[in-house]
Amino acid sequence: MCKDTIVKEFEAIVGAENVMTSETDRHTYSYDAAVLDSVMPALVVRPTNSEMLGKAVKLCNDNGIHLTVRGAGTNLSGGTIPHPGGVVVLTNGLSKILEINEQDMYAVVEPGVVTAKFAAEVASKGLFYPPDPGSQTVSTLGGNVAENAGGLRGLKYGVTKDYVMGVDFWDVDGNLIKTGSRTVKCVTGYNLAGLMVASEGTLGVFDKLILKLVPPVQAAKSMMAVFPSMKAASETVAAIIANKIVPATLEIMDNFTIRTVENFRKAGLPVDAAAMLLIEVDGHPAQVEEEAAKVEEICKQNSASEIKVANDAAERNAVWQARRDALPALANLKPTCVLEDATVPRSQIPAMIAALDEVSSKYDLTIGTFGHAGDGNLHPTILTDKRNEKEWERVEEAIDMIFDRALALGGTLSGEHGIGLAKSKFLETETSPGTLAYSRRMKSVLDPKGILNPGKIIG
Amino acid sequence: MADIHTLASMLKELDDQLVGCMRCGMCQAVCPLFAQTGKESDVTRGKLALLDGLASEMLKDPEGVNEKLNRCLLCGTCQANCPSGVKVLDIFIKARAIMTGYFGLSPVKKAIFRGMLVNPKLFNHLLSFGSKFQGVFTKKVDGMLGASCARFQAPVIGDRHFKSLADKPLHKIVPELDTAPGASGKKVAIFVGCVIDKIYPNVGQATLKALEHHGVGVFMPAGQACCGIPTISSGDTNTFDKLIEENLALFEKGEFDYLITSCATCTSTIKELWPNMYQGSSANRMKLRDLASRTMDVSQFLVDVLGVEPCKVAGNETVTYHDPCHLKNSLGVTAQPRTILKASSGCEFKEMAEAGTCCGSGGSFNIAHYELSKKIGNRKADNIIDSGATTVATSCPACMMQITDMLSHKKAGVQVKHVMELYAEGLR
Repeated sequence: MCKDTIVKEFEAIVGAENVMTSETDRHTYSYDAAVLDSVMPALVVRPTNSEMLGKAVKLCNDNGIHLTVRGAGTNLSGGTIPHPGGVVVLTNGLSKILEINEQDMYAVVEPGVVTAKFAAEVASKGLFYPPDPGSQTVSTLGGNVAENAGGLRGLKYGVTKDYVMGVDFWDVDGNLIKTGSRTVKCVTGYNLAGLMVASEGTLGVFDKLILKLVPPVQAAKSMMAVFPSMKAASETVAAIIANKIVPATLEIMDNFTIRTVENFRKAGLPVDAAAMLLIEVDGHPAQVEEEAAKVEEICKQNSASEIKVANDAAERNAVWQARRDALPALANLKPTCVLEDATVPRSQIPAMIAALDEVSSKYDLTIGTFGHAGDGNLHPTILTDKRNEKEWERVEEAIDMIFDRALALGGTLSGEHGIGLAKSKFLETETSPGTLAYSRRMKSVLDPKGILNPGKIIG
Repeated sequence: MADIHTLASMLKELDDQLVGCMRCGMCQAVCPLFAQTGKESDVTRGKLALLDGLASEMLKDPEGVNEKLNRCLLCGTCQANCPSGVKVLDIFIKARAIMTGYFGLSPVKKAIFRGMLVNPKLFNHLLSFGSKFQGVFTKKVDGMLGASCARFQAPVIGDRHFKSLADKPLHKIVPELDTAPGASGKKVAIFVGCVIDKIYPNVGQATLKALEHHGVGVFMPAGQACCGIPTISSGDTNTFDKLIEENLALFEKGEFDYLITSCATCTSTIKELWPNMYQGSSANRMKLRDLASRTMDVSQFLVDVLGVEPCKVAGNETVTYHDPCHLKNSLGVTAQPRTILKASSGCEFKEMAEAGTCCGSGGSFNIAHYELSKKIGNRKADNIIDSGATTVATSCPACMMQITDMLSHKKAGVQVKHVMELYAEGLR
């Protein structure tokens, strides 16, 4: 527990009703969505305006109190698990959309705005905010930027970082740092906004975000293609890209996932299929027609045994329902579900799939694989029961092997889930001792007392 | 009171179910309480983490956990939307029973549940006095909605605009029934439910009228006891079992194809909780499973069994529909009540925004947390008003009471009716 005097000072800043000290309240901010042990914070504070946020950060620094910022707590790598005895700063009291500028196509938001609510508000103004992480109905934009969240549309539309035009953030001394601008072009000073993206709350505390918006999609066409092998499916992915077609979404599911989803929804999926691709092309109606026809042709050339093109909204929804069902269906099978996101260059997907098969048989584990084939971001999902200690040891070894293989194939530890606590020990392997030292040196200058989300990314 | 270690080991029972929560946090998107407070302890993930923390003895404050556990509408929206299929209601109800076993039942609840509910005759008798004297303590505030408020400061009533007890409860108007099947060839048993019996007897009468119209035989025994939902949601498993046994003994005497109710809460309690939470003999559990398999909401019976279809109807009433959580989330029944409204003459159906969001009643949640209940209810009332409908219909008398309170405060001029009332009004 924090000292009473500190509690009083936080209360003076954010109001007594926005400081939580009880054991029960603190316990509910001790975890996130990562399969890691929970850590009890000493205090939870909820600033409701920008000034309060800045003061709260300064108070932490003045007293050397560790600070972890938390949006919706959906992090999959432990980035929102607090430091023992630290303070959790909630952003859900800072959830205003400050501006949606239709002429200049940008928006200014507070960090606690929920992603899907923002996307809907933007859509109602006739514009489009493409990043769509799986947790978008609850995740916050601040969290999305801090993790550089991805989603299904990464291949064509990029990820959160591609939509960050500026970030205003508080440094540890309580100074408001302004970066980026509302213009398409801006070269004023260091690209500090870029530094904030994927910084996981370790370098500054976000106050406002300036986000890029784009014109909405005019037309889209979805289809589902069935393949006799994962290899054929991933070769199709390569062929589509080689033909200079960039689908908005290009998802893959393995046989285990297909069977599980079918068992879950009974939507008539081909349970014998070794692999399935779910594809959507979008753009101008004429372009969509042409590209859809081409994609269909490429699928056939690559021995697709069945292709279903969605002819209306209901059929299109059925295609994507299958994809949305993948994680829930798998999660229903076993008590614990470890969702990984090691990512490889897309040409290496067949090799990565083979590696996953090897991992699953070597450690005798059930792994369902689905994910964003178009951008090489697979989600091997290990189904287990964390209470089974022997199996859990094998799970941990299997995760290590997945990372080793992904890195050996020229890939990366994490496509979109972040490094957090879960993967920090692998960081040096992917980068270099120098990279880690450089990062630590930078952090030590910007946050000399090391109060900002300690232990994350750089250990 | 047992020690905390004993409590932890009792909660360990829930371990297999608790471990299913992968802490994804998607429940934050749908929980009506979290939408108001934004506090993790108010959303399911937080509550499950608290139970887990107590079971693993990481937490030392069972009172604190119990208080959070009771801040829940039991609306089941999280369960209906849970990606990993966690049986949230099952866990919460079992946890409440364990907590009540540990802390004991509050004296007021003990008096009401064990002194009154288990004795339907006494319960009816006491309330008949209530209906005669309620005018002394309350005054009418909304003639159209039939709502009243307290004449002077009364602690339980507060500033609620509530539906008063009916002058004559259903069991006085129609004490019992046992009629043969007519044209439909079907016979149903009717479980009336306390709120319909004592506050909305007209809903019961409308249901009977509709069944008669369709040539359905009715078995409605006298002396029906409460379905038990207030007792089991307060963790009083003993009284819950007694109430089930009283009801089982009554309904065993009749022969019928289906057991129907016009109360969403009673329907889901009989279907879901009777077979799963009853702790008595296995012979009785078998009977409860059989009964549950034949239990349905009245609109479900009319549409799925009798084949009632929407029809083109003239009229100047526009009606919107509020989905009771106990039909939508617990039983997945959403289409049939709407079909009945579309089959009711004089009604033009209009969907409202967020029709499937909880009204904030939550039974005793409304009593313990009226301010929160009101915030959630006001959002519902605004959606009803914004739909432009002249009437809001629903399938649960508890929702009707809550919505009446909210609309009456807003002087909205929108009527609140049960689906069966509108259907019966349109029958010639």
